[in-house]
Amino acid sequence: MTDKPDTAIPRTVPIQSATFSNPVNAEIRRAAATGIYDIRGGGSKRKVPHFDDLLFLGASISRYPLEGYREKCETKVTLGTRFASKPIELDIPITIAGMSFGSLSGGAKEALGRGATMAGTSTTTGDGGMTEEERGHSNKLIYQYLPSRYGMNPDDLRRCDAIEIVVGQGAKPGGGGMLLGQKISDRVAEMRNLPKGIDQRSACRHPDWTGPDDLEIKILELREITNWEKPIYIKIGGARPYFDTTLAVKAGADVVVLDGMQGGTAATQDVFIEHVGQPILACIRQAVEALQDLDMYREVQLIISGGIRGGADVAKALALGADAVAIGTGALIALGDNDPRWEDEYQKLGTTAGAYDDWHEGNDPAGITTQTPELMKRFDPVAGGRRLSNYLKVMTLEAQTIARACGKNHVHNLEPEDLVALTLEAAAMARIPLSGTDWWPGKPGTSF
Amino acid sequence: MQSFDLEAEGLRKLNVSLHAQKNDTNQTAWEITNPKGSHAIAVGLDAPIEVTVLGSTGYYCGGMNKQATVRVKGSAGPGVAENMMSGKVIIDGDASQYAGATAHGGLLVIKGNASSRCGISMKGVDIVVHGNIGHMSAFMAQSGNLVVLGDAGDALGDSLYEANLFVRGTVKSLGADCIKKDMRPEHLETLKCLLAEAEADAKPEEFTRYGSARELYNFDIDNASAY
Ligand SMILES: Cc1cc2nc3c(=O)[nH]c(=O)nc-3n(C[C@H](O)[C@H](O)[C@H](O)COP(=O)(O)O)c2cc1C
Repeated sequence: MTDKPDTAIPRTVPIQSATFSNPVNAEIRRAAATGIYDIRGGGSKRKVPHFDDLLFLGASISRYPLEGYREKCETKVTLGTRFASKPIELDIPITIAGMSFGSLSGGAKEALGRGATMAGTSTTTGDGGMTEEERGHSNKLIYQYLPSRYGMNPDDLRRCDAIEIVVGQGAKPGGGGMLLGQKISDRVAEMRNLPKGIDQRSACRHPDWTGPDDLEIKILELREITNWEKPIYIKIGGARPYFDTTLAVKAGADVVVLDGMQGGTAATQDVFIEHVGQPILACIRQAVEALQDLDMYREVQLIISGGIRGGADVAKALALGADAVAIGTGALIALGDNDPRWEDEYQKLGTTAGAYDDWHEGNDPAGITTQTPELMKRFDPVAGGRRLSNYLKVMTLEAQTIARACGKNHVHNLEPEDLVALTLEAAAMARIPLSGTDWWPGKPGTSF
Repeated sequence: MQSFDLEAEGLRKLNVSLHAQKNDTNQTAWEITNPKGSHAIAVGLDAPIEVTVLGSTGYYCGGMNKQATVRVKGSAGPGVAENMMSGKVIIDGDASQYAGATAHGGLLVIKGNASSRCGISMKGVDIVVHGNIGHMSAFMAQSGNLVVLGDAGDALGDSLYEANLFVRGTVKSLGADCIKKDMRPEHLETLKCLLAEAEADAKPEEFTRYGSARELYNFDIDNASAY
């Protein structure tokens, strides 16, 4: 025996556990130290089957394409044709989703209104009521009717362009809102009739109706108050899309808004965001099927949301049967959220640009998800609105590019037959043939 | 007095006629016959008119009311005067669930009993119930006053914010974060006015006040079982 260790024997390299990964362990330590679950904003961060797993076929001999720029490809969409005497007419099939004043600053709400208006589309209020900033700057404003009813009042109901009854959100189907004390400024507190600085939990269920039969009567009341003029949307999270869509239609919806699990939120428990609800890819065909079974397809319009980033996503959502899409996170990023120009400050907050999601703490360096005046000053609503409008227009052009390549003179003419799936999972969820086959798992008449 | 036969003329025409009344209307008194439990009667009013419903109503009678006085000479279904902003809604009989839900202002008087979730999420309204109220009343009530001459059911004032609850009779149980509180002179004064306005035969001194312990206002892990 020598007294030196034998360096010739290979050693095992340190292996990190896939199950107990570093982020998992860090969360265990954080929970152990604080005794509170992790609350954050944003949507699901894990990888789930998504629009990236679908491809368009394009045209060739069996179908011929339209000439880019020369042959028209329409993008207009009308929402709320079933009962409302004043449906919503939009130039593009992309709307701005409901995001609350409180979670967002007044300036950010103004910018959303400006950008949406320039691009010819609608924006939406959120938990916490309607602000002058957004009403003033939004040509078409959808007014959310939420379980909390913060700031709900008949005057705003009468001056909105459509009403969206929020039953659920994709990030947290079955959960209510959350706004922590740091963001309950005087103005937010007053709009919500709450004491300043408290941790505020919005209800998850509406206070004065339960179930589809009650909802039908609630809708009657809202229509009576607003003279049957305004379209009534019902927003649901991606839980049981076939049944929920069916019941929404039965209750009298003009429009169904369906939000998948990737959909962002202002703040909720991470466990909720990552573990409750289905990816939007799995929800769309089920909702469309429900509408078709009721003979209501295109009569009741379908807006889908949750992880829409670009024109390809828009085109794929429409091809699967949606009438329009809504965006939340994408719009915030266009405004300047998570921009690397603030990297130094993200570092100080213990995070990095692109990963910052502690929106509930109200310290947003970009001045968007905050109520702190010094931070809010950093955000220019006019420039932000311009960026949002650019982004919306680019997405629209991209969707048109794809639609033309598929030979469609309206983006609504995109159809499932234009698509193939790259993975078995996506094929099964979207009911689209796996690339190179004419088959998907669960296809009627096949034995899988 | 304008008389309106709801059965013959229909709900749409009723609400259109009532909405057409502006502040300076001289058609201030309206009587609705044959309500027969219809829903959404006299909703979204915004003028100082007096509407009397001769019979019982369905859901959401007087919903989102502003300025008007709506009197139901019968009982009211769920969500009566929901989200009222101002004005007055008076029910001569009983009221079903969620009476006065989320209402921001005005006065709701229920001469009989109110069912469960009375005053749920109320945001500034005053509610006076001559009889009893059911379980989970004033759940998440934010502000305003709920006055009950009779008894209250289970879990009164659960997750209450700043609303004041006054009960003359017994309370079956209090909800999370709701406690008995001292009656101060200003509360007696408020009660006196509300009782008078609601034509209620009771003395302020007979009531007990309940309100928020404010222990759940900011999250604390040691209170987790109460959330
Ligand atoms: C900051 C923020 C605030 C939100 N607030 C609300 C809200 O008040 N009401 C609501 O129904 N949805 C709210 N949402 C969800 C959006 O309406 C929408 O469903 C979601 O953002 C769509 O998914 P995407 O973010 O992937 O585009 C919010 C989302 C974000 C990012």
